[in-house]
Amino acid sequence: MTDTAATAGNIPSGRAAGTGAAPLTTADGQPLKVALRRANRRARRNAMLLVAPLFLFLLFTYTIPIVQMMTRSVMNPEIAGYLPNTTEAIEDWDGEGLPGEAVFAAMVKDLNAGGRSTIGRVAARLNAELPGARSTMMGSMRAAEDLQAPFKEALIADDDDWGEQRIWRLIKRETRTLTPAYYLRALDFEYNQDGEVVARPPSMQVYRAIFWQTAWMSALITFLTILLGYPVAHLLATLPLKSANLLMILVLLPFWTSLLVRTSAWIVLLQQNGVVNELLVFLHIVDDDGRIRMIYNRIGTIVAMTHILLPFMILPLYSVMKTIPPSLTRAARSMGATPLRAHLTVYFPLTIPGLAAGVLLVFILAIGYYITPALVGGESGVFISNLIADRMTGSLSQLRLALALATILLVGVLVFYWLFNRLVGVERLKFG
Amino acid sequence: MLKQIALGTTISVVALSAAMAQDTLTIVSWGGAYSMSQLKAYDEPYTEKTGVEILHEDKSNQALAGIRSQVEAGNVSWDLVDMLQADAQRACDEGLLVEIPHDEWLAPAPDGTPPTEDFIDGTLGDCFVPQILYATMFAYNTDAFPDGGPQTIADVWDLEKFPGTRALEKIPQKNLEWALIADGVPSDEVYDVLATKEGQDRAFAKLDSIKDHLIWWDAGAQPPQLLADGEVTIATAYNGRIFNAAVNEGQPFEIMWDGQMFEVDGWVVPVDTGDEDAIKEYLNFATDTQRLADQAKYISYAPARKSSVDLVGNFWKEEGGKMVETDIDMKPHMPTTPENFKNAIQFDTEFWADYGDALEERFNAWLSS
Repeated sequence: MTDTAATAGNIPSGRAAGTGAAPLTTADGQPLKVALRRANRRARRNAMLLVAPLFLFLLFTYTIPIVQMMTRSVMNPEIAGYLPNTTEAIEDWDGEGLPGEAVFAAMVKDLNAGGRSTIGRVAARLNAELPGARSTMMGSMRAAEDLQAPFKEALIADDDDWGEQRIWRLIKRETRTLTPAYYLRALDFEYNQDGEVVARPPSMQVYRAIFWQTAWMSALITFLTILLGYPVAHLLATLPLKSANLLMILVLLPFWTSLLVRTSAWIVLLQQNGVVNELLVFLHIVDDDGRIRMIYNRIGTIVAMTHILLPFMILPLYSVMKTIPPSLTRAARSMGATPLRAHLTVYFPLTIPGLAAGVLLVFILAIGYYITPALVGGESGVFISNLIADRMTGSLSQLRLALALATILLVGVLVFYWLFNRLVGVERLKFG
Repeated sequence: MLKQIALGTTISVVALSAAMAQDTLTIVSWGGAYSMSQLKAYDEPYTEKTGVEILHEDKSNQALAGIRSQVEAGNVSWDLVDMLQADAQRACDEGLLVEIPHDEWLAPAPDGTPPTEDFIDGTLGDCFVPQILYATMFAYNTDAFPDGGPQTIADVWDLEKFPGTRALEKIPQKNLEWALIADGVPSDEVYDVLATKEGQDRAFAKLDSIKDHLIWWDAGAQPPQLLADGEVTIATAYNGRIFNAAVNEGQPFEIMWDGQMFEVDGWVVPVDTGDEDAIKEYLNFATDTQRLADQAKYISYAPARKSSVDLVGNFWKEEGGKMVETDIDMKPHMPTTPENFKNAIQFDTEFWADYGDALEERFNAWLSS
């Protein structure tokens, strides 16, 4: 009532200002509009100052590193930067036969001018595409000082790999300073001798399969958490408060326990001489030689991750189910719906915001998981993060490959989020 | 009053650490028994002699990535890093390491032989000074084979005569070489064969033939554990680890001295790090003939200098926090002892620098298939 009065009281003055009468002023004679704008600006600035620390924190620890990661994954400065003469000379070569004397002379000049570290980086770059190119390059660097014109014959005499077209085509191709080469590799493609993009030989294909495995295993884990978590959340939401609280502790206790501890607990349970296998042998369900391999493979990863991610499904589901009045289902039942029908048509649709939030949380967490697959995944149960970590400790080109893999993973998650948003609508979600 | 004391203490601690900053060296190594052997053989005598304090960090398993990120960030805090020769080669090629003029920096042998001749052939690198030579080889649990264990690499592939699971390291290096040897390739041709597509196919096919009987380890402490638990009957391992388990813990392990691959491990100096003179002095001391021989008292890795071999004595064991000399002669346990060394193969770091990336990819693809 007072609100209405206040609004009503303001209307005449607003109208007066609008119709061009003398503008309203504050007590110190400023026009009201100006004073208001100034006050608003101050409030906005203060609000900005409050979020500034968080904003800066995110900028420096999140945005900048990610942008850097993406740029580095396409950077290719080695050949153009450290073989400047060759880069210039090879531009005129049409890629047929062998390049002319001018290119060989430029190469010798670059080999002489460059130090060990610069030529070493060029060698590492070339070697990533053409195994063996490293020692060709490094060997000729050591010999370059003594080489005499004509350089074409001299270089080929030093190492006959220089007489092969492929190394020169590779150098010509990689003179560009940006390259998609690491992305091609991350998706199991490569350049063939003619510079066309082709699939890598089957024995070398690894990343696409692991990306796919990461996706389907994460989806399966998400599904299993729904299967196990939905009834538990329902129970939590409908039990009397006292027993519900006790049950809630049982959900939260593992949630608060260290990830490593929970993963190790699964190792104790599932290994060949572990609790489960001992029990099965004791009960004569399997004999001593037929112990089941339940860990260090996909089963291990799926079981342990389902357990670890379960609370992320239960908690949003619970918070939504808690708000659904039980009277709705009862109303449906009273109008003749079977329990199943009442559940499917009344209760279930109301839980979708929580379910969708759980799916989003669990799937996105799962797809980037590292430590659990590393500990219990063995060889068959690894995720793409494990390969990324593996590559990061290798050579420089392996590091860039890791960056490309990580970028693809990030883009994959964003695409999933976009799709999910289109299908479910993120604004409908309730996280808790 | 209390506040004053606290303040006083803080100031003196700060002053002390500032004064010490001149007199410390940060050394990165592998940790465990290996770091302990360096501590006893190099660091303690060096601190006693010069007063320089040695700080240890156990980060060698990430040495390459660590040096790279420190050099890129322009903030190098490691003075000396203990590294495998193959990684040192990569880092050196990338320009992350100081090139070391061996004869200028290092001490000659007691008889005056210059370092370049005293170190075992092919172990010095442009940026690398070796300390020890170690072998990776197959070892087995004697309890599993009462009638005698495997004697050759080919025996390892013989599942009928020597049943049981085998544990291999989860890397292509060495495993592919052994697969070729088991397939009948003479050991001096292994790397030539492995450089060809056919040779690689052959090696992977041979590994594939026992894939169902393999499990994989990735830390050096695992194989003795796996052998002791009976999870595997044969495992590849570093000779020092098996020695330790067999001699110190009395485990029934036997080393198979056939086709073992030896490698060297040693020092590198990252570029743009601290006081070069201090590093040079330590490096000179820590890699001289006596120090390398001393190290072999504490761990069964062989000194990288020829002149150290005769000085290797008995094994020293830790008892009640003190090192005590035992009556175990270390010489027969050295990977360089002639009877152990006859079928040894030198691990080819050049080959792996060239083909490592490609073969690692293929190895990963094969593992997960």
